[in-house]
Amino acid sequence: MPEIAVVGFAHAPHVPETFGTTNGVEMLVPCFQQLYADLGITKSDIDFWCSGSSDFLAGRAFSFISAVDAIGAVPPINESHVEMDAAWALYEAWVKLLSGQAETALVYGFGKSSAAESIQQVLTMQLDPYLVAPLWPDAVSIAGLQARAGLDAGRWTEQEMAAVAGGDIEALLAAPYVADPLRAHDIAPVTDGAAAIVLAVGDRARELCERPAWITGMAHNIDAQALGGRDLTRSPSTTRAAAAATRGDTTFDLAELHAPFSHQQLILAEAIGLSPDTRVNPSGGPLAGNPMFAAGLERIGNAATAIISGDANRTLAHATSGPALQQNLVAVLESEDR
Amino acid sequence: MTQGNTAVEVLSAPLRVQFDYTRSVGPIIGAFLTGLRERRILGVRGSDGRVLVPAQEYDPITSAPLAELVEVAPTGTVQSWTWVPEPLPGQPFDRPFAWALIQLDGADTALLHALDVTDPTQLSTGMRVRARWADEPTGSITDIACFEPGEAAAAAPPTDDTAEPVTMVTTPVDLSYKHTASPQESVYLRGLAEGKLIGGRSEAGGRVYFPPRGANPTDGTPTDDLVELPDKGTVTTFCIVNVPFLGQRIKPPYVAAYVLLDGADIPFLHLVLGCEASEVRMGMRVEAVWKPREEWGHALANIDHFRPTGEADAPYESYQHHL
Repeated sequence: MPEIAVVGFAHAPHVPETFGTTNGVEMLVPCFQQLYADLGITKSDIDFWCSGSSDFLAGRAFSFISAVDAIGAVPPINESHVEMDAAWALYEAWVKLLSGQAETALVYGFGKSSAAESIQQVLTMQLDPYLVAPLWPDAVSIAGLQARAGLDAGRWTEQEMAAVAGGDIEALLAAPYVADPLRAHDIAPVTDGAAAIVLAVGDRARELCERPAWITGMAHNIDAQALGGRDLTRSPSTTRAAAAATRGDTTFDLAELHAPFSHQQLILAEAIGLSPDTRVNPSGGPLAGNPMFAAGLERIGNAATAIISGDANRTLAHATSGPALQQNLVAVLESEDR
Repeated sequence: MTQGNTAVEVLSAPLRVQFDYTRSVGPIIGAFLTGLRERRILGVRGSDGRVLVPAQEYDPITSAPLAELVEVAPTGTVQSWTWVPEPLPGQPFDRPFAWALIQLDGADTALLHALDVTDPTQLSTGMRVRARWADEPTGSITDIACFEPGEAAAAAPPTDDTAEPVTMVTTPVDLSYKHTASPQESVYLRGLAEGKLIGGRSEAGGRVYFPPRGANPTDGTPTDDLVELPDKGTVTTFCIVNVPFLGQRIKPPYVAAYVLLDGADIPFLHLVLGCEASEVRMGMRVEAVWKPREEWGHALANIDHFRPTGEADAPYESYQHHL
């Protein structure tokens, strides 16, 4: 089977609101141009394209098709899309490369969260449409139920949640609740954004990049959909994905965890079995910037960049999609000399 | 104009998406909803013997279909809660309330629903609650209006249990957005408001797109060179609409045609009127018929339709690459 590496990563600035359209073209074009320039390639060097985004976030149908303008699809390209965080688009591209159907792939994700009057309400559309969504619970409330379950069970404290956010913990805890037991620092900000990653196989990766970030394991898994039917304070799907991706070796120089709420980072670190020596989210993580449908891909991009730049030899990236950490993906990235 | 900044003030407008999400419910969810209409709460027994509430179609452990329905009590215990100080549209209350995961007596899993208390200090994990039923049950999760603190089940008015089982559920969806035009679209839309037709290209001599795109769809480069086009063009292809349909504004038969403006490289769809539908043909030369100026807005509808100019037809070679 071919070796596959991340060889390039670019992302748009994390901002509360962009001027652009919900099809992401304005955010994606500079990302693609940067990758072409960094790698010395053109569009025609890419064999396969795959994106992650959401029509509900855009408020219109087939918004991902308009985004293809940012690529320039003449001559025709091989393209696919997932209605999930683009980390799952990267998984699809990885499978495409593993199966020998392509040698390079460009994966991108985008989301204009600010377009929605309430992104938290739009995310209700991810819930069970029969018995849950008709009540319109919002995404922050769902996370609040999860956070409370852990506080009551003694799995974490409000101090530990604040420590994930970082800074002056006493000052953070003096702030009022946004959705008891969540305070502002526990909740990822509304962020517009886009991100793109180039994957390449074997010697093609070595041509394009001095220190490719080799993907040595990747798996994703899902928990039962009924929110009240599982222990929300644990993430067995993350544990299973991590076991498959890491094959039991959970020592990492750094880990990028996709936790849009502070307590979820605590759940994830335990579910993966991260060692206390591993630096978690040196990028700031989703609590510093959470571009919907690109934030998981950015975790992989950040974990890869640490290897490409020589800052790390072995890193872990995690992405989540759906409510209350329902679906989880874990990738392991390594340098050649490890 | 440069991509990546806001040198052009973009146009935006509210966008409200409304539709009825209608789904068939199947035998298990259907039984659960039919039960709610009769003010009974049903669970289903899982492969491990647990009673799963609300009833679900497939076992979370084995994925096998589930069938053994079990009635549970309308009273239960709060397992987790969160406070909602500012309710969103569509939620069960328009005043502060709580969401709770509630384990009903006889159930082994929790149901998500609203909890009616006026202050978060009245809430605690482990508190006892009971269902408050809606006055007019319809076969929906909202037949439980909410839960409220209390031990004994609240009395419910009698229901009509002769009705047909619930087979469908309809959830109204109503979401609000701010739709933003791209910088190029903004220039185009402002042009229309002044009676100008503006296309865009990546560079002088390059292909001209009308309406202009956010990026050149052939190579992904910005289309920041904006050019004004005449309101005359050529019909490249067309269809005669003979079929009446909901929302139709013109009496059939009429012609919907692709019009290639002179100097543009991509045709766009508009109406050709002013002659018999049977006279419209590929290559026909047409010109815009604008609405009265006082009716203009930021829309291509400022052009009411295109009509024949009476010029000789354009040669096929002049538009064959734009079909």
